[in-house]
Amino acid sequence: MDLRLKALTKSIWVFHLSAGSCNNCDIETLDCFTPRFDVERFGIQLIGSVRHADVILITGAMNRKSVPRMKKIYAQAPKPCLIVACGICACSQHMFRDSYNVCEPLDKILPVDVYIPGCPPKPEAIISGIVKLLTKIRSKK
Amino acid sequence: MSLLVSYFIFPGFLFSVSVGLLAGWVDRKVTARLQWRVGPPWHQNFTDIVKLLGKEIIIPESGKWTFLLSPYLGLLSVTLVATILGNLLQSSIGSFNGDIIVVLYLLTIPAVATIIGASVSRSPLASVGASREMKLVLAYELPFILSIITVIIKCGGVIQLGSVLNHQANFGSHLVSCSGILAFLVSILCMQAKLCLVPFDASEAEQELMGGVLIEYSGLPLAIFKLTKAMLFYTLPLFLIVLFWGQGLTPLALVGKYVVLLVVIILVKNTNPRLRIDQALRFFWGPVTWAAVTAVILAICGI
Repeated sequence: MDLRLKALTKSIWVFHLSAGSCNNCDIETLDCFTPRFDVERFGIQLIGSVRHADVILITGAMNRKSVPRMKKIYAQAPKPCLIVACGICACSQHMFRDSYNVCEPLDKILPVDVYIPGCPPKPEAIISGIVKLLTKIRSKK
Repeated sequence: MSLLVSYFIFPGFLFSVSVGLLAGWVDRKVTARLQWRVGPPWHQNFTDIVKLLGKEIIIPESGKWTFLLSPYLGLLSVTLVATILGNLLQSSIGSFNGDIIVVLYLLTIPAVATIIGASVSRSPLASVGASREMKLVLAYELPFILSIITVIIKCGGVIQLGSVLNHQANFGSHLVSCSGILAFLVSILCMQAKLCLVPFDASEAEQELMGGVLIEYSGLPLAIFKLTKAMLFYTLPLFLIVLFWGQGLTPLALVGKYVVLLVVIILVKNTNPRLRIDQALRFFWGPVTWAAVTAVILAICGI
């Protein structure tokens, strides 16, 4: 594994993108940064600008308004940039599947790397999802 | 050859970057401990830089060269300051007449470089950040220069860092007199603002401006801005030590004094909320400037 990827696994900067969520997944995501879980131990940081992002963490069922903006944000991110679908809405649209306002699941729009199901997923589940993401990067070589 | 070595390796670029990144780790670790967290491992800031070097560089349509070159402007000038101060501490023969003024100007350039880089990206958030940075520079430069004038007066009008050190070696640190301690406190506040740390970080405010001046930077240029900041974290406390606290500078004492200043910076950072830019401006042009003027008057009176 080359140095770039190795450094990437040790220092992941997360851009948190809410694409029409009920805010519950967002709260659980922020919980990961609290003293109880403290993911900064592993170099994971929440950042404000998508230009600094290594991972885009998407929550919520995508609707007609948010999908074009989401595509734009992904295009603005520097590559390599990974995508995590957090919460069952982002994974499979959950109970909003038949809603008039919802278009298609996230993985039809953007290349998703890891799915974290749950409504909302617990912080432990999110951390386990990030660990799966790391093993995926490591196995890429 | 020795010039190049001292500029790029010791005590210039490589050395000051390593010390600065380690100091940045101390900052993150202490902050984490104060918040009852564990905090990152010691190599975290180095890992961040290596990772940023491997990322894609995104360049806005407006002004490619200005956007890419402005980070280097800041980095080169801070490297020069680190070299001047490092050589001075090794032997005061390397000091030349007027180097206080040179260092003073070079320390302003990183802020100018950030302003240029932020303005050229044409992002609205970055331009708000740039305007705040500009106001902050106007705010803190006046008291900072006044506190340095205090030192110059106390040394009998020399503008040479080597003579300042010699004067302190003979007559004791400037810190122990009334005017000296006042000017020292003023310059600590100005240092906090120069480092863009809380409570004077309105230009980078990650909650409201999403990184402000750095918002459009990615990859290598962002890494260079981070390195510049790390080097400022090393050079500014060192500069203050040379000016105010220069008696008995054995290597061990130097490290101890640096750590004390670092602790002060971190404590101020962790116990204060962010000031609005108008509050910061009023603070610097009001009480801080008056304190600096008092220090100058006291120094003229010889107290």
